[in-house]
Order: sequence, then C-alpha cells, then structure tokens
Amino acid sequence: MKRARVAYSGAIHEATPAGDEAIRLADGRTVGERDVVWLPPFEAGTVIALGLNYADHVRELSFKPQDEPLVFLKGPAALIGHRGATRRPRDVTFMHYECELAVVIGKPARRVRRARALEHVAGYTIANDYAIRDYLENWYRPNLRVKSRDGATAIGPWLVDAADLEAPPQRALRTSVNGKQTQSGNTRDLVFDIPFLIEYLSAFMTLAPGDVILTGTPEGVVDVAVGDEVVCEIDGLGRLVNRIAGDAEFGRPSGSAVKEEAR
Amino acid sequence: MSLLLSPWAGPSIEVAPYRLSGTVYAALLNHHRSLEALGDAVAEPPYRGAPRQVVLAVKPRHALVLPGEPIRVDGTGDADVLEVGAALGIVIGRTACAVTEAEALAHVAGYLVVADCTVPRRMHFRPQIRAMARDASCALGPRVVSAAAIGNPDALTLRTYVDGALVRTASTADQVRSAARLIADISDFMTLAPGDIVLAGSAPDAPAVRAGAHVAVEIEGVGRLDAQVVAEPAARAA
Repeated sequence: MKRARVAYSGAIHEATPAGDEAIRLADGRTVGERDVVWLPPFEAGTVIALGLNYADHVRELSFKPQDEPLVFLKGPAALIGHRGATRRPRDVTFMHYECELAVVIGKPARRVRRARALEHVAGYTIANDYAIRDYLENWYRPNLRVKSRDGATAIGPWLVDAADLEAPPQRALRTSVNGKQTQSGNTRDLVFDIPFLIEYLSAFMTLAPGDVILTGTPEGVVDVAVGDEVVCEIDGLGRLVNRIAGDAEFGRPSGSAVKEEAR
Repeated sequence: MSLLLSPWAGPSIEVAPYRLSGTVYAALLNHHRSLEALGDAVAEPPYRGAPRQVVLAVKPRHALVLPGEPIRVDGTGDADVLEVGAALGIVIGRTACAVTEAEALAHVAGYLVVADCTVPRRMHFRPQIRAMARDASCALGPRVVSAAAIGNPDALTLRTYVDGALVRTASTADQVRSAARLIADISDFMTLAPGDIVLAGSAPDAPAVRAGAHVAVEIEGVGRLDAQVVAEPAARAA
C-alpha cells in the first residue's frame, strides 16, 4: 500500500493513489494531485542521514572508504513534501540534490541484530537530501548549515509499506534536472546496507516509529539553479518532484546573511 | 509558559511517538579555549583552519534525560566513559527565522541547566553520533527559568560537581558566540520553533565519569541539575 499526507480544503488527509493525475483522500474524495499540498508522508521523528554510502559516490568525492558509516542528524524543519520549493541562497556556487532511499522505522528498535532488523521497518520512501558544498567546513562535517537547512530535504510522495517490496529493496534510482537524467544507481549498491545500519544505530540509539534513515546517494550530483525542476525517482516508490527557488521568494532580497557572516 | 514547556516537565516526549515536541541542538567548539586546546592541529588536515560558521549537533529524543532519570553509560563496550559538558540551555519561545542578533533574545522563553554527556573523542572532523547522540546522555532540567529572570545569559557561572566535589568552573562569558549570536546564526538557515533548545556550548577538557558517579551542574540563577550515572542494562538478545 502507498500512503501520502496532503493538505486539502482546510485539513490534513491521508491519501492513496488514484491513477496518474489523481489521489483519493481517506474521506472518499478523489482530487487532482496538483490541487493538494503534499506533506512529508509520515510525521517524522529523528532524521538520520548517511554520507558516502555508495562506493561510486565515494570515488566521485575522492574519499577513501570508511570502516564505520558516516552518519549525521537533521532537525525537523529540514523536511518538505513532494512538489515543494527549496531555497538556493544567491551566494552559493554549488548546490546539489541527492536522491536517496529513505527507511521509515515502524516499531522501536534497540540493540537489534542484523537478522531481525527489517522487522522494525514500516516502509520506504524517496528523499532528496540537498547539500550546499560552499558551506562545508572540516568540523563535524557535514554540519547543519550544509545539511539541515529549512526545506532542503524533500521527502515523499508516498510511504510504501515494507511488505510491498523485497527486503531490503533493490531498486534503480535516478534523478533528472529539467527532464534530463543526471544521476542513476541502484539501492543494492549501498556500502552499509539497511540491516547493518539498523543494527549499528540501534546499538547506541533507540530508533522509534517515525524515525527515518536516509541511506545516501550514488554518483552523479550536479549543481542546480533557481527555477530548475529536480525529480528523484526510485522504481516502485514513485517520483519526488522539487523546485529550486531564489532568495527573493523567501523575503531575503539582499543576501544579508552573507554580509553578517563576513563581520 | 508552563504549557509551552510541558514537554520537558514530565515523561511526555514519548506520548505521541511520531512527533518530537522540540529539538535540542548543541553548539560545539563554542568556548574560547576549545580550539586552543587543539593547538597547531587546527591549521592542519583534516581541519585546515578554524571553523567560520556555527557548528552544531542534534540531540535526538532518546538522548534526552528528564529530571530524576539517570544518565546511562555503556558499562561494557568502548564507551564506558562520558565527558560531562555543562551547558546553558536556551529555550526558544517564539518562532525564530532569520532573526538578527539584536532581535534574537526576544525569541527566548527561558533557560535551563544541561549536562550534555558525550564519549570523549580526539577528532572533530566527522559528526560521530555514536559518541554524541547516545540514548540517555543529555540531561535537562530540572526547570526552565524565565528569560526575564535571567537578564544577561552571557555572564553566568557554571559549576560541575562529581560525587559532591567541585571539579570545573566555567562561564558563559567565555563563549565564542553569545546566546543572541547563536540564535541569529542558526536561524539564518534553520527555523527555531517554540520548545526547541539550543545548548550554548561547554568548555573543553570536561570532567570524565563512569557508571556509579553522581553528577551535578549548577548555573547561577538557573538552577542545579542532579543525575546519577548508571550502566546500561545488559544487552538482550534480539
């Protein structure tokens, strides 16, 4: 089953697919998919993300493979739904998408072993975990200014039940910018796979329902510009659409933050 | 204000399992001596220079320790020692997005005492959440004191006690970024919401404790936090 959360006509609804252009709300109404506001498909708890978790992307960034996963956390304001807009500050020179398989926890996981890890997964969705490389510094890298920006982690459109996919999912993923494919890979190529990640994390940190693990991205990240439409797709999970917006739309006309920073 | 701060007044964090009432962010390397303690290494790889931007860690919900609960340490593994980072917790009261330093403190509801316990680490290159986001490692409380009662959050003395003995004294006056500057810099890229807490940062060379220790942190005018450090229960077969 695929479920979304959308805002429509003054309320938030659970919704299911109803053909290519429509969705069905839990209250029985069928509405156009462009006529709703898509929210993240579940209420997220802790947002956990992986860096350097595809061998090809590690090479792309000239890093050596690691013996422990590179894990970082984000604040909840980072998440936005399908068809949302993500701000690109005017001072940056390299902002890129990252198409990722997102694993949503369904039951508490503490000190879970690999063999039983997938029992704790509610389902899967798609994430687009933007990064602004200009803001990278070598302290607790990648830090929150790079990776926990308001609205810079798109997620959705659907939460797909784990039972509907092979375990763990081995699916092709791809990203296109303005209709041109720029990234492709397959979730079977994770350096640290999903059972490993759940075992690793739950050894020191309880995972709770709604916690989500963004499993990293393969090679093929390119700079995006204001006005671009970025589509992240995973076979069987759907297409996650995002638009790049400028500072003006967010009431940041003069790049004031940049000046302050140079103080 | 009691309504606003209710998530921290009792064990209500887990009431709605899909929603975290507030997020706790810890400022790192925010003490004037933090980088001095690293010496020449700051200029060398992997760091290649001091940080220019605010450096933060997220403390996830299971890391939080509410008043009266113990701080937990892994009694058997490679994380059997914790450093006790005494910090001022800045409790956000109004949504703060892209606020200036001058406006920042008007978005603060109050302050509380925090003992942010982390596994000692030599390196500061990667986020290392295995050392910094452990279950039951970040103690909060016991109460939030209103911003009006504190006045200037940047001139407070913090005292850390282990088993009753005073082991460290620090001051929020020694921070690289003031409370207002932290809120301004964070809110430039990440909206702070009511109920969020920003830890203003702790001094380097924090005292280390093991299971069995009693920890207390006192901040003048804000209060005193007491917590017992206990060993994690033995791992159960999964």
